[in-house]
Order: sequence, then C-alpha cells, then structure tokens
Amino acid sequence: MSDATVKNSGLSRRTLLKSAAGVAGLAAGSGAITGFPYVKSAEPKVLRYLGTAVNEGDEISKKCFADTGIKIEYVTATTDDVTKRVITQPNSFDVLDTEYFSLRKLIPSGNILPLDARKIKQFDNITPVFTKGELPNGKKIGGQGTAPWKVLYLEGETSKTFSKTPTDWVTLIPTVYNADTLGIRPDLIKRPISSWAELLNPEFKGKAAILNIPSIGIMDAAMVVEATGQYKYADKGNMTKAEIDLTMKVLTEAKKAGQFRAFWKDFNESVNLMASGETVIQSMWSPAVTKVRSMGIPCVFQPLKEGYRSWASGFCVSKAVSGPKLDWAYEFVNWFLSGWTGAYLNRQGYYSAVLSTAKANMEPYEWAYWMEGKPAEKDILSPTGALLEKAGAVRDGGSYDDRMGNVACWNAVMDENDYMVRKWNEFIAS
Amino acid sequence: MTPSTIARHMVAWAQAAPMALVFLAFFVIPLALVVTVSFWDYNDWEMIPTFSGRGYTESFEGCLTKLPEACTMLKTYGQTLKFSFLVWFFTLAIGFTVAYFLAFHVTSTTWQIGLSLLCTIPFWTSNVIRMIAWIPLLGRNGLVNKTLVGLHLVDRPVEWLLYSEFSVVLALVHLFTFFMVVPIFNSMIRIDRRLIEAARDAGATGWQTLWNVIVPLSKPGIVIGSIFVVTIVMGDFVTVGVMGGQQIASAGKIVQTHLDALQFPVAAANAVVLLAATLLIIAAMTRLVDVRKEL
Repeated sequence: MSDATVKNSGLSRRTLLKSAAGVAGLAAGSGAITGFPYVKSAEPKVLRYLGTAVNEGDEISKKCFADTGIKIEYVTATTDDVTKRVITQPNSFDVLDTEYFSLRKLIPSGNILPLDARKIKQFDNITPVFTKGELPNGKKIGGQGTAPWKVLYLEGETSKTFSKTPTDWVTLIPTVYNADTLGIRPDLIKRPISSWAELLNPEFKGKAAILNIPSIGIMDAAMVVEATGQYKYADKGNMTKAEIDLTMKVLTEAKKAGQFRAFWKDFNESVNLMASGETVIQSMWSPAVTKVRSMGIPCVFQPLKEGYRSWASGFCVSKAVSGPKLDWAYEFVNWFLSGWTGAYLNRQGYYSAVLSTAKANMEPYEWAYWMEGKPAEKDILSPTGALLEKAGAVRDGGSYDDRMGNVACWNAVMDENDYMVRKWNEFIAS
Repeated sequence: MTPSTIARHMVAWAQAAPMALVFLAFFVIPLALVVTVSFWDYNDWEMIPTFSGRGYTESFEGCLTKLPEACTMLKTYGQTLKFSFLVWFFTLAIGFTVAYFLAFHVTSTTWQIGLSLLCTIPFWTSNVIRMIAWIPLLGRNGLVNKTLVGLHLVDRPVEWLLYSEFSVVLALVHLFTFFMVVPIFNSMIRIDRRLIEAARDAGATGWQTLWNVIVPLSKPGIVIGSIFVVTIVMGDFVTVGVMGGQQIASAGKIVQTHLDALQFPVAAANAVVLLAATLLIIAAMTRLVDVRKEL
C-alpha cells in the first residue's frame, strides 16, 4: 500500500500521512502492537461475519479492528451455501452479508432480524438505487427480478411481510452492488460485441460459458432470448412455467449443439476458463475480469445494448443476536458505511451504497475513473496496490450513471423456483 | 441357561457393542432420517414434517407420461450407469494387470512392498488436486493439444479431451484404479503357488493358467474392488462436475442442485433412489461370488 503511494509522482504530505496511518492500522490489526488502547472492555468485541468472499477482505477486517476494536471472524461460503447456512444453522453467525434476492427465502424462515434504520447514521445518504429504484440524477432503472427496493423494508421488527412503503425496519442495510454483463476475450473474438445474443451465437461454439447457478443462468439465457427477438418477458426474474419451458428449450438446444465449454460456479473457475482460452465469451463478475486482466491477458467486461443484470447485497443480523452484540453489529455497519470500505469496494469495480463517504475517501482522479467514466489521469491501482490500468484508460461501460442506469434486471428467486430447478436438472441431463 | 452361558452371551454382546453403536450412530440413524425427510413436504425455505410423496413424484416426473422419451431420472441414471461400467471396465483391466505383476512377477517381498507403496503416491495429494491437475494438460491450449498440433498430427486443438465424457472417465479411472489393485493383489498373494506349478505340469498354457486358475481364485478381490469402484462412481458428482464442465448429469449432482435450492425432501428422495440402485448392483455382484465364503 505504501509502496504504491510512493510510486505516484505527485506525492503530497496528506497522502503520505494517510498511508502512514494505514500502516499503523495494519500493525495494530496484526497484533504487532500490544496493549493498544482500543481494548476498552473486558469482553473482546467479536462478530462472526457470514458471507461470500466478495466483500470479505483481510484489509477490511484489520482496518475495522483498528478503528472500532471489533474483531471480525469471517465465515466464507458460496452464495447457495450462505443461504443454506442461514436456514439450517442460524446460531453459527452474528452478522449476515447476503444478496437481496435470497430474502424471499430467508425472511419467511424467521432466522434473521432486520436492522433499525434510525440507528444507521448514513441511512439517509444511501443511494436512491436501493430506496427508490432510481439514479441520484432521478433516472428510473430497470426493476425486473428481485430488485432491492421491492424487499428493502419490513412492516415491523419481527414481521415477515415486505412493506411497500418505507419503514424503520430494513431487511438488509445496503452495502455493495454492481451491474454484471458478459466478459469477452477481444484478442480472440477480434470483432465488436454489442448484444447478449452473441452468447449463443454458433460462431463461439464450444467457447461460451454461463453460471451454474440455475436462477442466474436462466436469466442470462432470457437476456439472449430477448436480444434475438424470440420473446419479450413481462419479468425475466419471475417467469411463468411456459416462459421457463421456452427459455430452457433455447438453452437445451444450445447445449446439444455444443455451444458451452463449461458452466462455472466459483469465481476462480471463471477466471481460469477465460485466462486459458477455453472460453472467449461468458457470463462473468467484475473482479474476475480484473483478475484476468492483471494476468496480462486482454479481457473486457463488455457493455451490451440490452443492459446489465444487476445484484446488490447488504447486512442484517441473526435472530440469535441481542444485547451488546447487537450494539457492536450497529457499530460495525456504521463503520462499514463511513467511507473507507466504500472506497475500497469502489476501487475493486463494485459500487458503495453510500457514495458521499466513499468519494471523500478516494482521490479525485480515482473517483473520475471509477465513477464518472473519465479517462484515468494517473495509473489506476487496485486496493492492494497492483496496477490495474495505465493512465488514459477508460472504465468498461463508462460512468456509474451509464452502467447502473442501464440495468435491465436483478438477480432473483422466482415464484416458480421449484419448477425451474427441476427443469434445470432436465437441462443438465439432456 | 446356566449362569456360565449367560455370561458368555454377555461377553459376546459386549464385544459386538462398540461396532454396533458406531454403526447405529453414524449409519442407521442418519439413514433413517434421510428416508423420513424424503417423505416430507417442503416450500421455498423450509421442510414441512407432514407425509408427502412429492419428493418422489417430482423426481420421477414425466417417467411415464413422456414415454417413449426418457425422463430426467432415466437419462441421469443411464449416464451414471454408463460411467460406472466404463470406469469399472478400465480400472479392472488396469488393476488386474498391476496386481498380477506385483503378485507373480515381483518375487522379492521388499520389492512388492516398495512397488505397492509407489502405487499410493498419488494419494498423498487430495482427490481434487489429482483431478484438477488434468485440466492444464487436456485443455484447448494444454500440453497434449500443443504437442499434437506441434507434431502436425491434428490441424486444430482436439476439443473432446476436456469437459467431455472422455475426461470424466479418464479422471475417474486415474482416481480409483488403486481401489481395484489392493483387493485383487490381496487375493492373488494368497493363491497357493503349487496350484500354478501343477497347472503348468498338467500342460496348461500361460493363458489357460490365467483364465482357469488365477482369475477364479482372484474373484473375491475382483468383486470387492468392483464394489468399491462402482459405489464411488455411482455417487460421484465432484469429478463428473469438474471434468465434465458441469454439463454432464449425475445422480449426485441432482441431489446437490436440490440441496442448493433448499429442497431437502427432494434431495433426500433422490438419495434414497441412488442408494437403492447402488444396493441392487452390489446385490447382483455378490450373487456372482459369495465373498464371505471365499474369504
């Protein structure tokens, strides 16, 4: 971290101080400094944090410990396993970091509790993407699927009903979100790609891939179906049985024709498929594209004219959390939204739920690159200091408004989920 | 019953008790739970403990109505049985040959032990690593394809080397041949060498000795090895998933998909069906050879 700062030509006193503070924080977090005054109470403040690897980073937990004295113990699982764990072992975690689409399964189980918006300092500054389904500039964004604003509020603390109007009880305090699209290898495709239809284009036979998560895989297929003009869905995130049949038929035909090289479930699988050239076009996540690129292999997170499939996640607590632990949970969530982490996530290509605090923690040139879609004034570094882009580069998809403004649908759980899962098994067996 | 026979009975029970308890706690009770859950109802987020055949009816959906087209269940089991047969065939051929070499061609015990240990070396790393190690080798730009293209044997990379039925069978054979070698070797090493000498003295050719003396006497090992291999392949979904690019169906994968969707009763129903299918195969194999008698 300090290394990267020193490399920058215009080293100001302020950045030097900041990086020095960062180093001190790291030292404190790693236990190098003992007897640090942050240990205020006799009882150590420990929170077990259940989530996917997306928002979990050692830097975040170290910084959190240095700032608040709260020790974060990560419990890492895949998206499906996080949900499974909440349902089957609600006592095995304190704070839950999960996606909004899983709420339709989690809230009825009664295993998680909402948080009180009045205790979240930055709640009023949370981007209207979550609260109203619009950009800060007022533009409405696509709401197909389990869009966060549909499941953001509960009618009461122990209610299992989502409220259509704002209440004080928030299912998940928003933290991070992004707009997903296809990743491509421009060096192997050698022509412009501008539509989801290309995913099933026979030109890429044996070189395409989709996600092996049924509810997400079927939405990517639905984007293709709409892009090729075969059908227009009322809601891609909540299909009827007939629509599921139609979409699965398209997928099955593609599979039988040998369109797909593989289906991936794990972040690293998607990186390996792309980096090794097994696939040249596939459904992907932003940091995976970044990782392929940091290996020196050209990879683009290609914006497409039909728009993005978006996702969002946030925090709530287990039903077993109460007393001081609940206070620490609020302290932790407030810390998370106070800016340092927001800047950290923004630098990974994700978006922070509270833009104002994240902006205050980023350099103006970083903000201009990541959020405003402007060419990088200086080299762009990752949160860990690795070189991501040279000066002059522009972010794939452009600005925040361009990317989030073009969201077509959100990751979802359908009403016909049970039917869809059976159809997915049939598809795999075909 | 005299006091002494009662005491003897008690000792026998006490001796059997530890194994019986372990068996009860880690096999009978969990299995009973799985069977129970398979008859429960469910919704998107929980199991509902009322009797329901939904787990089974949904698993076998279309098996009668869609005829003559095969339903998901039939297609999946067809695929799984095909893998089981191919893997069984190749592991048996390789395993028998290796065991034969170790038992009859290597005469010194030291060498036998040494070479047997050599066979276990792949087991020093995890299953997953042994499997994943094939990917860079077989990929489109992998070592094999680079060599083939470099030698001008093919014009373009061979696609079916990876994420195909070929790669699944290859990885499974690689992973499980050793389970065949050990029991067959164990049977062969007990064969009385005088029988082979007698066969030779009676004028039998090498092949005749092999087919009429060694193979029959190795049968218990062959059956035990076959049971190991077939049961593992029937339940496997990790290897089929990774080497098949998650595009090839397996009975285990269906269970996993339902578990991920929190549909525990359907997953349990599929597990019961898988167990029944595997037990049928094992019953058939043990019919061929009475393992207990032969040991």
